[in-house]
Amino acid sequence: MASLAATFGRGAMTNGWTDVVNADVILVMGGNPAENHPVGFRFVMEARRRRKAKLVSIDPRFNRTAAVSDCYVPMRAGTDIAFLGGLIHYALENKLYHADYIKLHTNASFLVKEGFGFENGHFSGWNAEKKTYDRSTWQYESDGQGFAKVDPTLEHPRCVFQLMRKHYERYTPEAVANIAGCSAGEFNRAAAIICSTGRPDKSGTILYALGWTQHSHAVQLIHTAAMLQLLLGNVGVPGGGVNAQRGHANIKGSTDMGSWNNLPGYLRLPRANHTSLDEFLKANTPKPLRPNSMNYWSNTPKFMTSLLKAYYGRHAARKNGFGYHNLPKIGESDNNSWGFFFDRMHKGSIEGFLSFGMNPVANGPNTPKMLDALSKLKWMIVVENFETETAAFWNAKKLGEKYYSSFIDPAGIQTEVFLLPAACFAEKDGAFVNSSRWLQWKSAAVPPPGEAKPDQEIIARLFLKVRELYEKEGGKAPQPLLQMSWDYANPLSPSLEEVAREVNGRDLAGKQLNGFGELKDDGSTACGNWIYCGSWPEAGNMMARRGQEDPTGLGLFPNYAWSWPANRRILYNRAASDAGGKGWDPQRTSIRWDGVRWTGDTPDYKADAKPSDFGAFIMLPEGVAKLFAADLLEGPFPEHYEPAESPVPNPLHKEVSSNPLASVFQGALDKLGSAKDYPYVAITYRLTEHFHYWTKHMHASGELQSNFFVEVPEELAREKGIKGGDFVRVTSARGSVEGPALVTRRIRPLKVEGKTIYQIGIPIHWGFVGRVRGPLVNNLTPSVYDPNSGTPEYKGFLVNLEKV
Amino acid sequence: MGDSVSRRSFLLTTTALGFDLKPAIAAARELKISRTTQTHSVCPYCAVGCSVVIHTLGDKARNVQPSVVHIEGDPDSPINRGTLCSKGISLKEFVVNERRLTRPLYRAPGSSAWTRISWEEALDKMARRIKDTRDRGFEEKDAQGRTVNRLPNLALIGGCTDTNEINYLISKFRFGLGIAAYENQARL
Repeated sequence: MASLAATFGRGAMTNGWTDVVNADVILVMGGNPAENHPVGFRFVMEARRRRKAKLVSIDPRFNRTAAVSDCYVPMRAGTDIAFLGGLIHYALENKLYHADYIKLHTNASFLVKEGFGFENGHFSGWNAEKKTYDRSTWQYESDGQGFAKVDPTLEHPRCVFQLMRKHYERYTPEAVANIAGCSAGEFNRAAAIICSTGRPDKSGTILYALGWTQHSHAVQLIHTAAMLQLLLGNVGVPGGGVNAQRGHANIKGSTDMGSWNNLPGYLRLPRANHTSLDEFLKANTPKPLRPNSMNYWSNTPKFMTSLLKAYYGRHAARKNGFGYHNLPKIGESDNNSWGFFFDRMHKGSIEGFLSFGMNPVANGPNTPKMLDALSKLKWMIVVENFETETAAFWNAKKLGEKYYSSFIDPAGIQTEVFLLPAACFAEKDGAFVNSSRWLQWKSAAVPPPGEAKPDQEIIARLFLKVRELYEKEGGKAPQPLLQMSWDYANPLSPSLEEVAREVNGRDLAGKQLNGFGELKDDGSTACGNWIYCGSWPEAGNMMARRGQEDPTGLGLFPNYAWSWPANRRILYNRAASDAGGKGWDPQRTSIRWDGVRWTGDTPDYKADAKPSDFGAFIMLPEGVAKLFAADLLEGPFPEHYEPAESPVPNPLHKEVSSNPLASVFQGALDKLGSAKDYPYVAITYRLTEHFHYWTKHMHASGELQSNFFVEVPEELAREKGIKGGDFVRVTSARGSVEGPALVTRRIRPLKVEGKTIYQIGIPIHWGFVGRVRGPLVNNLTPSVYDPNSGTPEYKGFLVNLEKV
Repeated sequence: MGDSVSRRSFLLTTTALGFDLKPAIAAARELKISRTTQTHSVCPYCAVGCSVVIHTLGDKARNVQPSVVHIEGDPDSPINRGTLCSKGISLKEFVVNERRLTRPLYRAPGSSAWTRISWEEALDKMARRIKDTRDRGFEEKDAQGRTVNRLPNLALIGGCTDTNEINYLISKFRFGLGIAAYENQARL
């Protein structure tokens, strides 16, 4: 998501499930929708039936998506950037890119400052001592007015297009084959299909999931995919885009509401140097980099002021910066992402911990370290439908038998634990946001069982109880707590409809707002999340709509549920048309310019602005999409880096093998292994019969797939004398798992730098609590994270395998 | 299958037994959901966002708690058009499941077992823990004297399995207390 925001302006799936039917080519890489998003995969099959679309699957495993594909290429985990970089090279070399599209809709023509370069694994500005980049040479050359210089001919040696061509010169089919382990012929076959969509009358989509996000170079990886789609002219068009298939019902919505370093609506969390609202707004309101850039984030003051007004109500006034001082300010270099704060917990500096419907002992990397971290807490509150490994972590030694023999006994664990029973989805109303950004309202069907309570009541009672203590006893800094608005009809259990109306926003008279265009920066509007403004206007709850119409015939369904932003179904839809507003493929554009206004889907553009008035990427200061993205930490162009644990040094530059900026922890429980001790590459994945760590509580899933297992390539099994069903132990530098071997032909051995590489597949889903039990796969995974997104590296770490 | 006939297709199509099973099967189907109340909901698993219809019984009478008897795909959804995957089709078990937590549980420091605790006692204890931790750890100013109003010794995670509105309430809870470290499943 961090990557898509940097490239296109919003960290979200560009198109949507129902749009996949419009694609001519579907590239599935870093995902396996046939098994993990089976109902969404119907649209892939429909595109194949209806349009004879080609499906390309690139994956370490010949999975069920691969089984129905037109072209399957095996690859080594963690080499996606090499593969995609190879595709960029292939498109450029064979002139398969959409030249008019990249001139009009990307920063291909922008000139980059002198001094920018790449050598031996590092971009210019590398400081070896501090291990950071000075990014000053990664900037555009300025025209003196604050705008970037451009060369529309794309011939200037320092224009983005030429720099990109040079950067990917090394990514020949042979080089890709040598890194990824497939053959050059296999690569070329896939490349010919994928790059066939560079024509104006073809569109291709990319579907990906956690196979792309769980790497120490994930954000760069996804940027490579976005660059490829821009080169092929596939962004903004129906049947195109870069489409993240997210893994939890409301993972999108919870991201939209802010986590880590964001406030709701992707407003940044203030840092300590933003000492006033004005300072904050100055630092977070971008300036346009081209004369025709709409630069929609220039409205940041309206979004931020309206949020503060929603949070602090009558306490928010111009004279106190609308309550801005109440918000926490993190240090300029503080990192509060997953790996960092659990590391602080492990070191003993966090006392208390609340977990709402999450299970970090199962979900997070390096389970032994996670167990240790929880044992350092004074107290923990877990709110759940079922008991989890996290709630019962203190019993890990007993329940997890051999895997945690060195973990301490419960008697030595002083963490006090509260496990609270919560209502499940069917017992609450409210909106989930799916991958396609559709906010879908659901209604409650039954009351929760026994003494279980809906989460809104649990949060409210806890919040009000703490507040009551501060009111009675005083204490440290009560103001941020006391000034937070909580004016609900039933404050002890706010109705979610009432909350949804607050999130949508209203004016001072209490009138619901129609859209974020009505937000003001003077305190006269309050809005809990600007991107959801319009979901509940005066007309009522748009998220509960069930209209079946599809007037464009493109699968947009504009009257079914409500899509952020502004009910727009395909993001960046202006980019589907040329400079004059005519669709690149007149049959396949979701908005049309009729000479006066844009009709069709909600335009991602000003509805009555001429095609020449603005760039198509309104959220970026450039006004166009970014092939060259200086805001990514490791470099403006993605480069292939090996996973932190790799079976070979990087064939492109051995001295800078893995991501130089990856977040790697160095404590006693954070060990990394080498290929000498751990010669095999491991990947973790989901099975179609289970959902994450939840369905191990269900009969049906437990019967369909009761046992943990380890997928072992046939050739490796033969070498080790392992037969199907034999018990094996998989060990990493962190821990181990044991289970029966599933000897398979689905994971082909690969040749990398002349060496045979074996990959081992390990499904998630089991744990030490549940109806069906088994080892937690994260016993094995490393505490290594992407520096931009903070996501752990679950795909491509090193293990050893032995018969038990 | 060639010419062979499965047991099910045999039963469904034949009257070889001397009587027709069709009405009996239809009656069995009708019984299951004919008198249910239907509620529209959305599957809580992956993010495809399939709509479901939850069938409940027993909600018409006074003092009777309705219960879920069936969950199926919603035919009106343009996303799933009535279909569900193997997990979605067994969603009823997510709601009606003897493993569901139905009472607050408490594990005392050093203990090796859960004990029951009332909501009232649990809320009192939890609020006290939160306040004490906050009073110990809250930073009003940083080393340079800048107002930071942050709480570094308390961490919060969650939200991806719950609705937008609950996530919004969590954000108010978070910023009211000043919690700096908040994460969700999106990170993983």
